[in-house]
Amino acid sequence: MEGLTLSEAEQRYYCDLFSYCDTESTKKVASNGRVLELFRAAQLPNDVVMQIMELCGATRLGYFGRSQFYIALKLVAVAQSGLPLRVESLNTVKDLPLPRFVMSKNEQESRHTALYSSDADNPASYSGVIPPPPGRIQVKKGSVSHDAVQQRTSADQQESTSPVVSPQQSPPTSPHTWRKHNRHPSGGNNERPLAGPGPFWAPFSEAQPGSSASSDPIWSGHSPPPHQENWVSFADTPPTSALLAMHPASVQDQTTVRTVASAATTNEIRRQSSSYDDPWKITDEQRQYYVNQFKTIQPDLNGFIPGSAAKEFFTKSKLPILELSHIWELSDFDKDGALTLDEFCAAFHLVVARKNGYDLPEKLPESLMPKLIDLEDSTEVGEQTGEVGYSSSPAEAPPSKSPSMPSLNQTWPELNQSSEQWETFSERSSSSQTLTQFDSNIAPADPDTAIVHPVPIRMTPSKIHMQEMELKRTGSDHANPTSPLLVKPPDLPEENKMSSSVKFTSGNTVTDGYSSSDSYASDPEQIGNTVTRQRSHSGTSPDNTAPPPPPPRPHPSHSRSSSLDMNRSFSVTPGQQQTGVVAYPPAVPPRPQPSQGPGPHVHRPVDAEGLIAHTSTSPQQIPEQPNFADFSQFEAFAVSGVNKEEEDEIETHSEVLQVEKPSDSASSLRVAKADGRVEDKAPANVPTSAGKGTTPLAPPPKPIRRRLKSEDELRPEAEEHAQKTGVIAAVLASQPSIPRSVGKDKKAIQASIRRNKETNTVLARLNSELQQQLKDVLEERISLEVQLEQLRPFSHL
Amino acid sequence: MAVCIAVIAKENYPLYIRSVPTENELKFHYTVHTSLDVVDEKISAMGKALVDQRELYLGLLYPTEDYKVYGYVTNSKVKFVMVVDSSNTALRDNEIRSMFRKLHNSYTDIMCNPFYNPGDRINSRAFDNMVNSMMMQVC
Repeated sequence: MEGLTLSEAEQRYYCDLFSYCDTESTKKVASNGRVLELFRAAQLPNDVVMQIMELCGATRLGYFGRSQFYIALKLVAVAQSGLPLRVESLNTVKDLPLPRFVMSKNEQESRHTALYSSDADNPASYSGVIPPPPGRIQVKKGSVSHDAVQQRTSADQQESTSPVVSPQQSPPTSPHTWRKHNRHPSGGNNERPLAGPGPFWAPFSEAQPGSSASSDPIWSGHSPPPHQENWVSFADTPPTSALLAMHPASVQDQTTVRTVASAATTNEIRRQSSSYDDPWKITDEQRQYYVNQFKTIQPDLNGFIPGSAAKEFFTKSKLPILELSHIWELSDFDKDGALTLDEFCAAFHLVVARKNGYDLPEKLPESLMPKLIDLEDSTEVGEQTGEVGYSSSPAEAPPSKSPSMPSLNQTWPELNQSSEQWETFSERSSSSQTLTQFDSNIAPADPDTAIVHPVPIRMTPSKIHMQEMELKRTGSDHANPTSPLLVKPPDLPEENKMSSSVKFTSGNTVTDGYSSSDSYASDPEQIGNTVTRQRSHSGTSPDNTAPPPPPPRPHPSHSRSSSLDMNRSFSVTPGQQQTGVVAYPPAVPPRPQPSQGPGPHVHRPVDAEGLIAHTSTSPQQIPEQPNFADFSQFEAFAVSGVNKEEEDEIETHSEVLQVEKPSDSASSLRVAKADGRVEDKAPANVPTSAGKGTTPLAPPPKPIRRRLKSEDELRPEAEEHAQKTGVIAAVLASQPSIPRSVGKDKKAIQASIRRNKETNTVLARLNSELQQQLKDVLEERISLEVQLEQLRPFSHL
Repeated sequence: MAVCIAVIAKENYPLYIRSVPTENELKFHYTVHTSLDVVDEKISAMGKALVDQRELYLGLLYPTEDYKVYGYVTNSKVKFVMVVDSSNTALRDNEIRSMFRKLHNSYTDIMCNPFYNPGDRINSRAFDNMVNSMMMQVC
């Protein structure tokens, strides 16, 4: 064989023809079958055909290899142009027109019709075949399928559809219609015949806007038409003009239009077959079509299509299972047995390409890869949630994501958004994007942000102490931390519930990272997130990162008072969810306890108080004025109540508290304190408070306290509690002042946040300690009760 | 590098078998077939415990003069048999394990493909590529 030099068009054309004839993909064509049909279609005398075959060496080899086939085609062209068949003419003849093959049962002038009608043997199959693909493939311009079918039938019947055949029109249309047919199961042999004629048309007229050819949608040429002009892109004007021209021609235009996209794609693919990126790019229309198809299966664009549904869907394409399996392997990027939107589009695209005759790649082209970059950016989804990790997550990336897929990115603004959401969903993490967005939406005035400003009542000794001090008007130890805290409560009255948790969480977050306060404050959504997250922290609040050093412990002298303060504060904080303050529910029946009782009871109430106060203050600092007031009362209480010697003070303080304290609990507390029986209440309250009951209930039981408890016993514990309560009180006291300053100064807010968090941790610690004490006290109580029971029978004896 | 890799279904028919196309491949087929008995023996031996406790990697099934045969069973009784050239002394147990792990992962990926019916022969290109990478490179 001499070397054969083919022009580009020839190359393409011949390649198409070869593919068409190569039904078994064996890269060699038997001398019979399609090749024979082809040569017959060349309308050359048989002897010429034989001569050609001999020349190209097919007779020698017994089959047509690719080179032989090309040579044969070239010789056909030579023969058709009337030149003598000579081997040397292969390369010497320049500007040889491409061989023309007329395959028509009826002697048709128009090649197109001939081509199309030649497949009359397959019309039925096509007709059967055509409808499904249209269903599958969105018809951009309407019921192409019908047209196609009609066209086909008409073409078959007429064999000519004269208008259709006009050579001028055929080329553009043929590709289109051919494309349409391509959508039919290209794998099927039925398609093959069409493929052959398809490409034939392309070389004929470069830019003929004929649509007549469309009459033969049968031609599902698997090879894209060599014509680039017509196919360049769906959006290109020439094709569109061609389309427009075709439109009036026949309904088939629709079919062609429909297939234009695919044709364009395949054309592009072919043109750029060297680089996979471009050929495999999905155009806008295609993408839209794929998305719509996706929606028919899975309405949620962010969801998955299960494998079984996808299998059914793609089986309709009538590709062989083996190829579908391979397509699946390529497109199911994360190997999860389900297709995300990206994967689905890639698979669909591969199916389309395959049906158009393109071989499946060995690995997924870049342009078809799901956007993974977004995963990294968004740090989200587990997508799909963080499930598979970034590399495998099919989560779509935000528009910025994949540079390799600019077309996709550009064309799917909505898709990208959805993908963002989807990605978020799949990644299972509020994407950093959203977080950052929120950061930008800093709305300090947002009430939600107020939540961010935790108003934890710091249970720092200093605070408690300060509160005590306030109560006592002994001085103003109210350090800055407390004042801001005090300021805060009033500002967050309505956010008790939220704030309680938020404060706690915010406190945690603050301790975790002060820097986070900004974002924290500015992002309401984050708040939600952080709140939720922080709630988890709540359990480990004291363990948060490097909490600030707790304020100095209050003076020992105020220890008891502080504890009482705590009690008061707890009782004061009404309606706050978790605050154990509620503790003073009527559950504490005043029980005449033996002398021994007082000790433990003393402990208990103290513990309870401390606990209550602690719980009330630590979790939610609903630093409201009432709290503040309560705390002040509490402080007074604590200061006075613990020590009998201070009872007078207590009473005075209680009065003060009464004045200051609006809540009933406070008043009751005062009363109780005054009686010095708060301790009794405390134990009862403590257990209940543990459940974080309603604070208001606490006060009533308090008055019932007995003074049985020795003050001595009370004192030590009170001291402990006082310290804690003092801290709490201080914190609480400081809260009211916070809002005023904070509201104006963001820094102050942040500072207060930090302080609150510190307080939070301190209070949390205090809480734990008190809990421990509570447990001890309860144990004592139990033992005492047991003893009592033991004694009773004796007494009854 | 393996000389022959085979995937046997639960019913002991081959789903996939590929050998280095040097010598008589039939010999490897026979080897794999005979190794199934050893696999069953090992499975039943470990079967006293629950299946969960059974380790997937079976280890060396039996050595012959020219090569060694390793086995691996999944929880669904799909067996992977690998024939390794004895002269290849560099292969350690860990490497064999990792090769089996790769096989298992690829097999799982095939299973995820809805177009694959369990029990069919494995025709996946990806699987082929993976196996090829593990096979000995014969000039």
